[in-house]
Amino acid sequence: MVKYIVPLAIFVIIAAFFAVGLRMNPNYVPSPLVGKQMPTFSLPSVTDPQNLVSSEALAGRVSLVNVWGTWCVECRHEHAFLLELARAGLPIYGLNVRDDRAAAIDWLARLGNPYVSSGFDPEGKAVIDWGVTGAPETFLIGSDGTILHKHISPLTLGIWQRDFVPLLREHCGPADCPFLAALGGR
Amino acid sequence: MIPEFGQLALALALCLALVQGIVPLVGAALGRVEWMALARPAAAGQFVFVAIAFGVLVYAFLSDDFSVLFVAQHSNSALPVFYKATAAWGGHEGSMLLWIAVLAVWTMAVAAGSRSQPQEFASRVLGVLGIVSAGVIAFAFITSNPFTRLVPTPADGNDLNPLLQDPGMIFHPPTLYVGYVGMAVPFAFAVAALLTGRLDKDWARWTRPWTIVAWLFLTAGITLGSWWAYYELGWGGWWFWDPVENSSFMPWLMATALLHSLAVTERRGIFKSWTVLLAIAAFSLSLLGTFLTRAGVLISVHAFASDPTRGLFILGLLGLFSGGGLLLYAVRARHLEAEGGFKVMSRETFLLANNILLVIGAFVVLLGTLAPLIIEALGLGKISVGPPYFNLMFLLPTLPLVALIGVGMHTGWRTMPGDALVRRLRMPAIAAVVVGVIVPFVFFETASVLTVLAVSIALWVCVSSLLDPARRIVFRTGAPMTRGQVGMCLAHFGVGVFMLGATVASAYNFERDFSARPGEQIEAGGYEFVFNGVREVQGPNFVAAEGDIELRSDGELLSLLKPQVRTYQVQTQPMTEAAIDTNLARDVFVALGEPLGNDAWSIRLRVKPLITFLWLGAGLMALGGLVAITDRRYRVAARQTDRSPAQTAAGTA
Repeated sequence: MVKYIVPLAIFVIIAAFFAVGLRMNPNYVPSPLVGKQMPTFSLPSVTDPQNLVSSEALAGRVSLVNVWGTWCVECRHEHAFLLELARAGLPIYGLNVRDDRAAAIDWLARLGNPYVSSGFDPEGKAVIDWGVTGAPETFLIGSDGTILHKHISPLTLGIWQRDFVPLLREHCGPADCPFLAALGGR
Repeated sequence: MIPEFGQLALALALCLALVQGIVPLVGAALGRVEWMALARPAAAGQFVFVAIAFGVLVYAFLSDDFSVLFVAQHSNSALPVFYKATAAWGGHEGSMLLWIAVLAVWTMAVAAGSRSQPQEFASRVLGVLGIVSAGVIAFAFITSNPFTRLVPTPADGNDLNPLLQDPGMIFHPPTLYVGYVGMAVPFAFAVAALLTGRLDKDWARWTRPWTIVAWLFLTAGITLGSWWAYYELGWGGWWFWDPVENSSFMPWLMATALLHSLAVTERRGIFKSWTVLLAIAAFSLSLLGTFLTRAGVLISVHAFASDPTRGLFILGLLGLFSGGGLLLYAVRARHLEAEGGFKVMSRETFLLANNILLVIGAFVVLLGTLAPLIIEALGLGKISVGPPYFNLMFLLPTLPLVALIGVGMHTGWRTMPGDALVRRLRMPAIAAVVVGVIVPFVFFETASVLTVLAVSIALWVCVSSLLDPARRIVFRTGAPMTRGQVGMCLAHFGVGVFMLGATVASAYNFERDFSARPGEQIEAGGYEFVFNGVREVQGPNFVAAEGDIELRSDGELLSLLKPQVRTYQVQTQPMTEAAIDTNLARDVFVALGEPLGNDAWSIRLRVKPLITFLWLGAGLMALGGLVAITDRRYRVAARQTDRSPAQTAAGTA
């Protein structure tokens, strides 16, 4: 009889919506910055206060900007993967926020330093321009300085392949981005 | 080493859950007694290993073992010991382990309580519970292992979310989970009945007490959560229609419908397929709640914890349990249809109306909760559904539902002459409406039509619930009441009290935000408030700005309110701790806002009349459930069935 099948049918429809819903990323709040020029910044380096890390340094190459702090456990979680990306040849610039310089230096010494350099932003003022709400957050910056993608939460290989690799394929060839061969394969 | 023991225990529990799930079900299908007999020992073994795993996790928290990722994320060495233990369920992985532990306790209780039931049936029930447990343990093991290590070990942990550092948070999740997870028991009974193809009054009598226990915990858990939100979130609301709240409320609505439908099945042997469907639906909505809050399909406050593989896994479980149950229902339910009819004017009709209205209510909540997801899945953009939708839409089925309680309670089974009913209820109904119209105007001077209507209905339910007990106690007439009837009257009285509190607290809520400088006196809401300034207070793991506010009425000091704004050392977002002066008639709620410079502070003030009735009413509902399960017939029947199942069936028919 048909009436006994109705509940199952309703369930199947709802489940189908969930299956579609899972493909959507609920964390993905479209950032107004994506597609725009990245904010300019100029911060003293974490490891060497005399040196400045500035947005000009990023020009001309595809790079990552990663927001981190030693107080952030999730950052520790993604650290190993950042090191892997760095080893593959992807330039990563750090924005160290609301942190203690000694602790940050110690962190990089003990866990390894995936960053070309990290800007030191103890009051979290510079990251306001980036629309940063927490850490870790990672921005993919094109060679012309536009923000190609923003990711909230720790970076993993799965997320990298899903969200970053397609954009990289679109925006740089194997010549400019040799790391794609190392990390882009599926 | 010790966390690895926890992991090992969880793995062994998974193996035993699989044994408990598969062997007895196959045994029941093949009629092999020794296979069926494996259900209880497997359940007991599973319980032991789950308890060990849970103990290990709590120990890791108490011993500050930050080499365990979950501990590092949710604890800190400065966290008070009390909260270290409860931080075990302060995040996703630990919550899932709590879920598993609660299911293991339920399974043990069912294993012990089903000894008097036919072995084939009991082993099927335990088998279904075993499958549910195996699925959830596998989920925890594969996607949310609480024992994952963190290398290198951090010096200290990230601390427990300050929102959760509160006594309310200690009791709320376990209580809620006992209710949530308890819905697995009627589900298992329903699936077992579909498998056996036999569903009789005995079945309803076995299922009903478990359902009541799960329901009363769910009621208490939701109430605790609402109470916690009220004093902890700092702006005096008690229900926000947030997806997380809704996902506990939908199973509650279904469980309430199931309770009433079971009453009909137990007494009259009808509504069988409907009862089974409700049991499946109630558990499905519990799982759905887990899916919504844990898979991150909807925006939640713990967005960082969400992970698509988890969502996919839970969706798979949902497909297996709910899809499987509903498939079985589609194939087998027509065999359950039963004899026996009833007249329009009968208790059956009112219980049917109760069921329909509750299901509509659950559907309204489901629709509002899922609408953002559905709209986005259809590619129509991002929307959010807020309280205005829920407040209006939910009232539509609820007002008639509550109004009908008072009539339904006094209707007889099978048939009842309408004029007798009218004679009996005429005076109480008129009294309730008259008082409902007069009282709001006397105490609060104004009243909207909706307020008068809701207050009248609430009073009507209160009065009609007390009619029978009053007749019995005061006039010593009528038949003696069973515990089941006393429980019902108590719970329905609770519904009325709750509704009175909810209506009056919402309609006559006084709200004002003002700024004050030390020494300043403000008159608002019929009280005077003297602000004596703010000083700094040091807590175990936080620093707080504590306000000092005198609450006065006509110059007389009523109490000294000390609201705080806390800044926790590790997670630095500010937390409000409201100060509340409570009595039966009203709450005066004061929360500290922000410093405005020159020692001035913004202060949030709320006066909420009768809000205590809200918690009191919900508490009475749960208490009613507690009284009802002590009813003689559940104990006597259990003993009788021991001797002869056939006799009991004849005796209660």
